[in-house]
Amino acid sequence: MLTLSVGLTQYMVLSAVLFGIGLFGVLSKKNAIAVLICIELMLNAVNINLVAFNKFVTPTLFIGQIFAIFVITVAAAEVGVGLAIIIAIYRNKLSVNLDDFDWLKW
Amino acid sequence: MMENSIWMVAAFYLLAAVIVVSALLVVVLKNIVHSVLWLAVCFIALAGLFLTLDADFLAAVQVLVYAGAVCIMVVFGIMLIQRGDMGKTNLFNSQTWAAGGVVALVLVVSGYLSAATHWVGTAVPVPGKTVEHIGTLLLSKYVIPFEVAALLLLVALVGAIVLAKEVKARC
Repeated sequence: MLTLSVGLTQYMVLSAVLFGIGLFGVLSKKNAIAVLICIELMLNAVNINLVAFNKFVTPTLFIGQIFAIFVITVAAAEVGVGLAIIIAIYRNKLSVNLDDFDWLKW
Repeated sequence: MMENSIWMVAAFYLLAAVIVVSALLVVVLKNIVHSVLWLAVCFIALAGLFLTLDADFLAAVQVLVYAGAVCIMVVFGIMLIQRGDMGKTNLFNSQTWAAGGVVALVLVVSGYLSAATHWVGTAVPVPGKTVEHIGTLLLSKYVIPFEVAALLLLVALVGAIVLAKEVKARC
């Protein structure tokens, strides 16, 4: 019989798996917006970690939850600026394929 | 330190399965609009996971900000820039196998470390009224990060408008 209990370890493994999926998408996707989405997945994996630590290690201090709120704020700002950058690049280059973005090569 | 209630365990594994499967679909699907739809599913399941962690305010914020604002904003971005065949908008590039190797390494190392570490936890439950505690802390102990976050949002707002208007101003 499996030990049916959920502790910090299970949450950390779930968070590691989600982070891995996001990292794979960031490294292997062609579309710039897909990369932005996968960065969101990675940030959410970090949030799982923070909230799990908040519950199991420091329940009364709320450090983890407050940090997760700041992570969500930064992620929202990042998506806004990232999409604006992608739209600006698309107007110049008519492409969102990251392999086409090679202006900094010489 | 452990949650032993059968409903809590069932909820965790159900939500974990939904999160992992929908995140995989986000990465694997070839149409980017479908990817964003599964991203919304993933975010809502994450809100459920936050509920199992006694973070009800954070679950509400997750639904409002991520499943609401971020997903809609990304869909708007896609509709503004994609053209042609939507079925080929989210393809893999040439370094997929190298990326798989790197991710496998990261997964093995972090999975081993999180399983092998002996976590020192407490049995103290999270206080019930999380919103009151978070609100008090945000406006007393963490008031400077709170204001900096507000400034960051303002800067991001102005920056996004300037970046998106740039080309139109030139011609």
